[in-house]
Amino acid sequence: MDFLAELKERFPKDVLEVLEKDVLTIICRREGSVDLISYLKEKGFKHLIDLCGVDYQGYKSEKKQERFEVVYHLYNLDEKKLIRVKVPIPENDAWQYSITGLWKTANWFERECYDMFGIVFKGHPDLRRLLMPEDWEGYPLRKDYPLFLTEEREWKGYKEFLASVRGAK
Amino acid sequence: MSLYVEVIKNENGKDEPEHLTINMGPHHPSTHGVLRLVLELDGETIIKCDPRIGYLHRGVEKLAEHLNYNQTIVLSDRLDYIASAANNIAFCLAFEKLLGITPPRRARLIRTIVGEMARISSHLLWLATHALDIGAMTVFLYCFRDREWLLNIFEKVCGARLTHSYVRVGGVRLDFTQEIIDELRKFTEEFPQRILDYETLIDVNRIWLKRTRDVAVVDAETAINLGLTGPVLRGSGVPYDVRKFRPYDAYDEVEFEVPVGERGDTYDRYKVRMKELRQSNWIIRQCLDKLKEVEGEPVLAEGAPDLLLPTRVREPEPKPHPKKGFIFTGKEIPVVPPGEAFASIESPKGELAVYVVSDGGPNPWRLRIRTPSFVHISAIPELARGHMIADLVAIIGTLDVVLGDCDR
Amino acid sequence: MGIEGTVEVGKDIRQIPGTPVFITSLDKLFNWARAGSLWPLTFGLACCAIEMMAAAASHFDLDRFGIIFRSSPRQADAIIIAGTVTKKMAPMVRRVYDQMPEPKYVIAMGSCACSGGVFRTYSVVQGADEFLPVDVYIPGCPPRPEALIYGLVQLQEKIKKEHGRWGFWR
Repeated sequence: MDFLAELKERFPKDVLEVLEKDVLTIICRREGSVDLISYLKEKGFKHLIDLCGVDYQGYKSEKKQERFEVVYHLYNLDEKKLIRVKVPIPENDAWQYSITGLWKTANWFERECYDMFGIVFKGHPDLRRLLMPEDWEGYPLRKDYPLFLTEEREWKGYKEFLASVRGAK
Repeated sequence: MSLYVEVIKNENGKDEPEHLTINMGPHHPSTHGVLRLVLELDGETIIKCDPRIGYLHRGVEKLAEHLNYNQTIVLSDRLDYIASAANNIAFCLAFEKLLGITPPRRARLIRTIVGEMARISSHLLWLATHALDIGAMTVFLYCFRDREWLLNIFEKVCGARLTHSYVRVGGVRLDFTQEIIDELRKFTEEFPQRILDYETLIDVNRIWLKRTRDVAVVDAETAINLGLTGPVLRGSGVPYDVRKFRPYDAYDEVEFEVPVGERGDTYDRYKVRMKELRQSNWIIRQCLDKLKEVEGEPVLAEGAPDLLLPTRVREPEPKPHPKKGFIFTGKEIPVVPPGEAFASIESPKGELAVYVVSDGGPNPWRLRIRTPSFVHISAIPELARGHMIADLVAIIGTLDVVLGDCDR
Repeated sequence: MGIEGTVEVGKDIRQIPGTPVFITSLDKLFNWARAGSLWPLTFGLACCAIEMMAAAASHFDLDRFGIIFRSSPRQADAIIIAGTVTKKMAPMVRRVYDQMPEPKYVIAMGSCACSGGVFRTYSVVQGADEFLPVDVYIPGCPPRPEALIYGLVQLQEKIKKEHGRWGFWR
């Protein structure tokens, strides 16, 4: 495809791989990811459908270089094309550039990604927890976080609340 | 509803009330669920608005990693609990892409019918609560009367009124009987008159026009930038409808129009949804006619995963063709091919997208659900700036948010 | 006049016709009044709220039982917890419950309010009875409006059996 060739030409170092799964997927390095995405936006991929994180710790069927990945789904409304951009993020250096300058909707997507995985987004205007309470410890969607919290691991806000209720009863 | 008033000292150090910070708490009489809005007001005009969500966060994405693919369909019902069938369809489309199954034609037609019934049911509830918030109580009672009819039909179809789990991977659970088809046909014949009833009540009503004209105007560029989809985007003039752009199920076989608004205000969004009600009615009628052609076909594809809960059968040697469903064998054999899939549908609220990553095991590795309500609530600060508190209620109503959808 | 001239208005409550004179015990009178006009607070959290709204609408009318939904906790007798209670929301539920005046009753509607439901996860409270004294449990996911009506009638029966829940020396 002409468009793919142009893409590889403009970003020779950043684009690691281009796959053709159910959707055209581009795996991109963290450094050039914002430039790549803004280039795609100029080319007509104006609709950001989704921005999410994935944790690959313990993934057996493929050898993954880094633990986390941030996945962007972009859609071109005029030419009706869908594209997926994946950016691998290492475990001990978990941060990524923010794209709130390009799309206002990315604000809340990135806040949720930070809340669930602990990936910090540099350049985000207001990065705080979105779904969990503000003083929650831990990042729930990581693979080493338990599904159900036992008594000792319980959130201290809830423990204090139960103590106050049972004390009053 | 707690009232927290803070008197802010201005630069000279005197107590002069400037901006009032008020909390529109998670429990409020508007029936949209547990949404908390921290508003900064100048008199009655909103300067800043900070939505705080998470009061209904149930951990569905994490829970899905511990359940079978068939069991996650049950979770999907509880996301957008007003139009459960639409959520089921989104999940099933993603899983079918992963497994490489196509449902048979009869199943696709039935799915389209059920999806459109869910759309009508959701729009009726939207109209009921939106009108109730703005003050028209009669519309609430009328809409619920029609919704009861639809829920009765749903009960005949799958046994449940609200949380269906009817659409399964590879097709649907049970076939339509002749009684259901006759009842649906009667519904499609009487429904246009009912829509006319609602419109007569509020379409040119002076109070309705005053409260919805020019409230929360969004132009097309900003709407796409904010990520709005569905009737909210179409009210601003962008004809983006996933049923036309990336057709799924039987939408490429039926004819329908996509209504588009002009000015992007609340009244246009209301008109778009009312027109969508008529289009959905028409789609159901067309599909019912086409169902006669595929009489007697199966409703579940070959090789679809086992309907019942799998039993953990430990076998000493591996099965050669592990397509027979999610039965745990002694050795780790991939029952679902590893990979990833992305599917999106036009749910009544907007674009609902599911991104699933599979490891080859019986459970999904990562199930990401992109819901329209999440994005719409994030757009409230932008839309509500400069409006009054009474308009804020109309804005939340027109965006059609469901908190179960937003918090998951 | 004797007991034959009186009219029975409720179980064991007799009224001399044409006069505001009742012959009954105080317990029965208060219980009859409370059960006959139970005003719940709208506390719809999730899917069960939709079935609660459907029960209050015209098809399964709740008004014929004397049940009118109030939005303010200060004006309500009962609270129907309809939907999943999360750990973030639990203090708010308790705060609203504390604001209700006595006598108050709690109905846990739906599987999530009874015991956590399908959601055994890190953020869901496994049942509203972890922090509230629940009177009636209505299971179902979501319970049909008829089931909600049955639960409310059970609550009315429970109220009618109460003793001495009146007066300031309780």
